[in-house]
Amino acid sequence: MKEAFRFLPAGERAVVVECGDAIDPAVNDKVVALAASLTAKPIPGVLESVVSYRSLLVMFDPMRVGGWGLRRRLARRLRSLGAVGPAETLSRTVDIPVCYGGAFGPDLPDVAAHTGLSIEEVAHRHSAVAYRVYMIGFMPGFPYLGGLDDALVTPRLPTPRALIPAGSVGIGGNQTGVYPLDSPGGWRLIGRSPLRLYDAGSDNPVLLSAGDGVRFVPVTAEEYARIERGEWRGPYAKGVSV
Amino acid sequence: MSGTGLEILVPGPLTTAQDMGRFGMLGSGVCPSGALDQDAARLANALAGNMAYGGDAPAMLEMTLLGITAMFQVETIFAVTGAAMPLTLNGQPVNAYESIRASAGDVLACGFARTGCRAYLAVAGGFAVPRVMGSRSTHLRCGFGGFEGRKLRAGDVLPMPSVGSGVKAGVTIEPTLAWPRSGQPWVVRVADGPQLGMFGKAALDGFLRAEYTVSPQSDRMGVRLDGPAVTGEGGSDILSDGIPPGAVQITNSGQPIVLLADRQTIGGYAKPFVVIDADLPIMAQVRPGERLRLRRISTREARRVGMAAWTELAARTRRIEERHSGTIQIMGFRLRGG
Repeated sequence: MKEAFRFLPAGERAVVVECGDAIDPAVNDKVVALAASLTAKPIPGVLESVVSYRSLLVMFDPMRVGGWGLRRRLARRLRSLGAVGPAETLSRTVDIPVCYGGAFGPDLPDVAAHTGLSIEEVAHRHSAVAYRVYMIGFMPGFPYLGGLDDALVTPRLPTPRALIPAGSVGIGGNQTGVYPLDSPGGWRLIGRSPLRLYDAGSDNPVLLSAGDGVRFVPVTAEEYARIERGEWRGPYAKGVSV
Repeated sequence: MSGTGLEILVPGPLTTAQDMGRFGMLGSGVCPSGALDQDAARLANALAGNMAYGGDAPAMLEMTLLGITAMFQVETIFAVTGAAMPLTLNGQPVNAYESIRASAGDVLACGFARTGCRAYLAVAGGFAVPRVMGSRSTHLRCGFGGFEGRKLRAGDVLPMPSVGSGVKAGVTIEPTLAWPRSGQPWVVRVADGPQLGMFGKAALDGFLRAEYTVSPQSDRMGVRLDGPAVTGEGGSDILSDGIPPGAVQITNSGQPIVLLADRQTIGGYAKPFVVIDADLPIMAQVRPGERLRLRRISTREARRVGMAAWTELAARTRRIEERHSGTIQIMGFRLRGG
């Protein structure tokens, strides 16, 4: 039987475990499960790992574990994970409140015009789906989300903005996401969340993890302001519902 | 003398507080940061009587090309390593790679590096900047860690303890990094990376034969190499994956970039090679305009070279420790983790 994964070299202190060729929830599930298993039951000498769409980068100390020995142990782990569940095995779902349009979503009219939908329909469709966090990267806490409604696909801005405020929710091509911190960026901004996806000073600085589900929940500007002031947390206390 | 720190009089173009890096956060998108030339940084800490390894190694200052001028408000033992900056204490020349005593009010001036790019200033006890996510390193792009999450400015005062006992002045060590002979390019060893297979033999041979010039666009994220374009068989785009330190990434225009401690944690360009750990200090010390070529070695060889380099460094830090503590141990140095 052909193994459903392969190892790729990544220098003498890392190895890539590739579990598939495509952006696929089942493949990503396997990667997330392997990462979780390394956290729950560490292999001595393994330092840390990075989940991406279809592979896990495993960094190790070559003084403590050999490259081939590590591959054998990782392979054993992968097989013992067995048939990792189908796509719906999201570990948890995080509700992210979003105020769509207005000053928070200056590009919402453009997205509506491009897609031929009304502004309300864009917001409705964007918040009607459960997204999957495939990986965290690019910047601290930035989630790469899968599951955008095909009808909402809109190209990036021809010229990126120099500064996008933290919390901005955007669409770039077939991707959607939330900017965890102020940064330049070329996505079309359709709204903003008062929830902090990233807080350097907190014990748990990054809200989302690979494998999480994400739902965007429309809120009014007034609710946005109350959440931001900490007066109302609604169901978004930690943003987590199981 | 009032105050309890190091007062920055002239900050240099890019001086930041760094320790050995922020670990365990890659999966959350947080790059490690930390001293780029980890060997020089470890020797600086050891010379200043500090832990040289692991998460307990205290913060130093990393200076880039042109160093700081600064006044010690407290008595200390300090050491400067890495790039060869001319050093003076109260106008009198002093040596790099040597522990030096300074009194309150003494002014240290670090000049323009004659060779190398990054120098490290360590003080006994380290700079007392707060830990953020387990590390005192500055995360420049996101503005946290180190000293207020930013590069130093004139007038900043970096808190530091006054020197305790058990740290001696006059301890010296020789640098670990060998500079290439005059007129020769740097040779940087690489091991195979995850997307080696996306490049044909001709492209790889050409890449390894060519000489590259360090681009002035280089920074703590990565060293950009100007030279012949490297072209993959089906372009250079991949499904984004994790980036190990030293990864040689090929952009769509064919330009190689060696990714360093402030890199993005995930990227969408092919990585045919990874610079071996033992040669990452070279990537920290190359200057814009210098020439460089890559040499491919096996992963097994990379591992052997890495162990030898680690053993050599451990022997040096051990020697420094012995001189500080006044005990001489012959033979039998031990390896230290971290």
